[in-house]
Amino acid sequence: MGVEGIGARVVRKEDKRFITGKGRYVDDIKLQGMTHAHFIRSPHAHAKVKGIDSSAALKMPGVVAVLTGQEIVNDKVGNLICGWAITSKDGSPMKMGAWPAMAPETVRFVGQAVAVVIADSKNLARDAAEAVVVDYEELPAVADVHAAIKAGAPQLHPEAPGNQVYDWVLGDEAAVDAAFAKAANVVKLDVTNNRLAPNAMEPRAAIADYDAAEEHFTLYTTSQNPHVARLVLSAFYNIAPEHKLRVIAPDVGGGFGSKIFIYPEEMVALWASKKVGRPVKWTGDRTEAFLTDAHGRDHVTHAEMAFDASNKITGFKVKTYANFGAYMSLFSSSVPTYLYATLLSGQYNIPAIHAEVIGVYTNTTPVDAYRGAGRPEASYLVERLMETAARQLKVDPAALRRANFITQFPHQTPVIMAYDTGDFNASLDAAMKAIDYAGFPARKAQAKSQGKLRGIGVSCYIEACGIAPSKAVGSLGAGVGLWESAEVRVNPVGTIEILTGSHSHGQGHETTFCQLVADRLGVPISQVSIVHGDTDKVQFGMGTYGSRSAAVGLTAILKAMEKMESKAKKIAAHALEASEADIVIENGEFKVTGTDKAIALPMVALAAYTAHNLPDGMEPGLKESAFYDPSNFTFPAGAYICELEVDAGTGKTTFVNFVAADDFGRLINPMIVEGQVHGGLAQGIGQALLEHAIYDANGQPVTASFMDYAMPRAEDLPSFNLSHTTTLCPGNPLGIKGCGEAGAIGASAAVINAITDAIGKNNLEMPATPDRVWRTIHAA
Amino acid sequence: MYQTTYHRASSVDEAASLFGKSSEAKFLAGGQTLLPVMKQRLASPSDVIDLGKIRELQGVELSGDTLTIKAATTYHDIMQNADVKKAIPAIVHLTSVLGDPAVRYRGTIGGSIANNDPAADYPAALLALGATVKTNKRSIAADDFFKGLFTTALEDGEIITAISFPVPAKAGYEKMRHPASRFALTGVFVAQTKAGEVRVAATGASQSGVMRVGAIEAALKSNWSPSAIDNVSISANGLLADIHGTAEYRANLVKVLAQRAVAAAG
Repeated sequence: MGVEGIGARVVRKEDKRFITGKGRYVDDIKLQGMTHAHFIRSPHAHAKVKGIDSSAALKMPGVVAVLTGQEIVNDKVGNLICGWAITSKDGSPMKMGAWPAMAPETVRFVGQAVAVVIADSKNLARDAAEAVVVDYEELPAVADVHAAIKAGAPQLHPEAPGNQVYDWVLGDEAAVDAAFAKAANVVKLDVTNNRLAPNAMEPRAAIADYDAAEEHFTLYTTSQNPHVARLVLSAFYNIAPEHKLRVIAPDVGGGFGSKIFIYPEEMVALWASKKVGRPVKWTGDRTEAFLTDAHGRDHVTHAEMAFDASNKITGFKVKTYANFGAYMSLFSSSVPTYLYATLLSGQYNIPAIHAEVIGVYTNTTPVDAYRGAGRPEASYLVERLMETAARQLKVDPAALRRANFITQFPHQTPVIMAYDTGDFNASLDAAMKAIDYAGFPARKAQAKSQGKLRGIGVSCYIEACGIAPSKAVGSLGAGVGLWESAEVRVNPVGTIEILTGSHSHGQGHETTFCQLVADRLGVPISQVSIVHGDTDKVQFGMGTYGSRSAAVGLTAILKAMEKMESKAKKIAAHALEASEADIVIENGEFKVTGTDKAIALPMVALAAYTAHNLPDGMEPGLKESAFYDPSNFTFPAGAYICELEVDAGTGKTTFVNFVAADDFGRLINPMIVEGQVHGGLAQGIGQALLEHAIYDANGQPVTASFMDYAMPRAEDLPSFNLSHTTTLCPGNPLGIKGCGEAGAIGASAAVINAITDAIGKNNLEMPATPDRVWRTIHAA
Repeated sequence: MYQTTYHRASSVDEAASLFGKSSEAKFLAGGQTLLPVMKQRLASPSDVIDLGKIRELQGVELSGDTLTIKAATTYHDIMQNADVKKAIPAIVHLTSVLGDPAVRYRGTIGGSIANNDPAADYPAALLALGATVKTNKRSIAADDFFKGLFTTALEDGEIITAISFPVPAKAGYEKMRHPASRFALTGVFVAQTKAGEVRVAATGASQSGVMRVGAIEAALKSNWSPSAIDNVSISANGLLADIHGTAEYRANLVKVLAQRAVAAAG
């Protein structure tokens, strides 16, 4: 490892511009003649749109147009799609309710757009929007999954009787039933995984610019995957063919999954730009973010686990109701199925698992992938159940886990996943040592003597990252391949540009990706730049989500680097009159091994571009690209242990310690990895203690601002105690597993397990607000 | 935000005069309530009259047993003030758990009490300490000033100039912070005057806004100690209930926080 190579704690290159306010976000971009869009959104959770009167608005100053849902349908802009086909247990395809970009006839959640005002300024658009009269006929609405599936419930979509999207199953039900029939003990648990609002720091935004002469669109948008956005806009929404649509995702201020999806606002901006003949900008405000960014989680689950007399798990059955909101968002269908039920084996040897997942429409904001996407729900369920089992079976929670750990790899679970490697005992050992698990009973007794309720909670999570390989996900219904592309351009003077299909919106790619180059070539990272987020610059790529950018995106860069290095070595060998096999790369030079003969990278690059003296038959230039499709998912895993105190008088939780021992495989930049874990833990703890996107029974959102929706603040969080145990991922040459979601996946169970340990009562839903904890303590 | 006309007043008299000339004016102090409401287009004053730069509304005075805080003094300045620290440290503590640093740099005591949010912190301090609200027209006892949710005794155009607090023998404030807004989910201010009177006020609890808690006052009057409240029962009737706290929880908080405030007061 060099000072800037793999494993070095290099300070982030991108931070100078972010910290000094020089980042360039979509809202910072101003185009000549630009107009501003303001959406008119339904205040009702369910209503017929009887009419829209925009006559007064059209007479107001600066108003360019008022466009409606009927017009976008008339212009044949496609309905929004869901890109992962799920088949119900009866063989029928999932039931897709039509989702036009603006509602022509029926609105199905508060915040759904029915029309848009285009005006010379944002304020004028907003003024005019108040003058547009929408005649709604309110319909009965339903927000809760159980209420939605009852007979007589309000029906959302004619395509989906009973509001059911699908009833999907995975696993061997007969084997599970047999295990339960023979079980010595059965442990049961009902859990709700609370709905969350993602709340990236930067709200979504879009600028669409139509060039009538070229019949070409440019879209600036807050996207985690601009190529996928272009593909979907082009292939399904009839906006423009791909070569006539450039999508740019510049600096993006956080995504957490919510910016994977192509939203109605981008579609409308593109369509409207062509209609009005001027660029159209839309920047969402925080309320719009709460109402329209895809939410996360929202599962209601009943689970039962069977144990034999020696406390070995013999079977596991799970029934989950997943609330999808009013429409199926882009990858929503995969979240409670292939990203959830496939992880139900956790870190444990479970011979038989059966899961049934019922997807349900409700009059709420659509739900899709949010940091962890399915895996936090699985991990929370499994780890709450293990803790519950330990309490019921009266064994130490850590010991129960150990007794059931998978220790042999590869390991085929009964739910599709084949774990490639791991050492679950090692991470649990590290976490128990870090928190002094053995000393906890004494600390609990000490706290009790001071009137405090102290608890400890373990969570041993596993997740699947780098969703892959393409052939496998295709066979499961994915509408896209899940590989990544990269291109390495060595410029004539030896500086290097890396073009990547991954997209950085907080992950630090501009630093970590350069570290790979520094590691291989021995050049400083200042000589390397990362180009991403522009479909005109970068070849097709899949983008950033599912903790995939290092395991998949960086490996693609490695593959392109290897090709480039191979060619450069031929040029160097030719110039040095040596054998290509004897060339080694060190400190930015190509050396003949065992001699003092060397040629610096800039001279090799210059030779490649002057082409005055290249090996016979070699093309000029020094630029290579690669597409990398992994052979398997990666399986980051770890052990989190939380120690905390509960104030019995107020129900308030105070952290004493939080240790995280993660196995992410090889780390490129430990400092950035720690930052990722910190952020993930904050979101996991936020879910456990604070965050909850709530609707009333009529589908009205109760938490549509930061005055009501409790985001975690620094003071709500402990100082984290992190460590790493490492097994290298065998599925990619760098041995990387991914670290972006782990904290959000593993943390919440550790917190709830600790609180329930402290208060001596096992049933406690998230978020464990002081009120809820106090009521649980004092419940009869 | 809708169009409005902004005025920066240089004196209380000028501010009052500007108000009289406007059709629907609003006074602006720290702007921690008015500006967000205007940005959300929930308020559309014709004129905004900024009191924040009026010199006579700034500062703190300690004279004998009376601490006077001028209305446009920011929370930050109150927290940092040596006289406040010396005379009524419970006010410093209250201010330190109010909002967040950004709010404390802008928000003012006058703005807080004029708005009388049912979960604001300062109304509890004024009520428990038996403070007097001074305006450009009169003096109003705290007991007469707070009239329910977002309602005060202030007349149209009347400007708060200062709040004067009798320095208590003992005082303490404890608060359960609202997890999202940082207002008081419930907060309780306890005080014992130098004459031996006990006053207890709770904020964030009642549907009618800040309130005196007579049962706790009676218990503390006979025995100023946390355990004196052990057997007091607070009814949940008439208390606020929302996603962050049931009425029963708030009733419990009134009692528990009062005990802790007494302990903090010493």
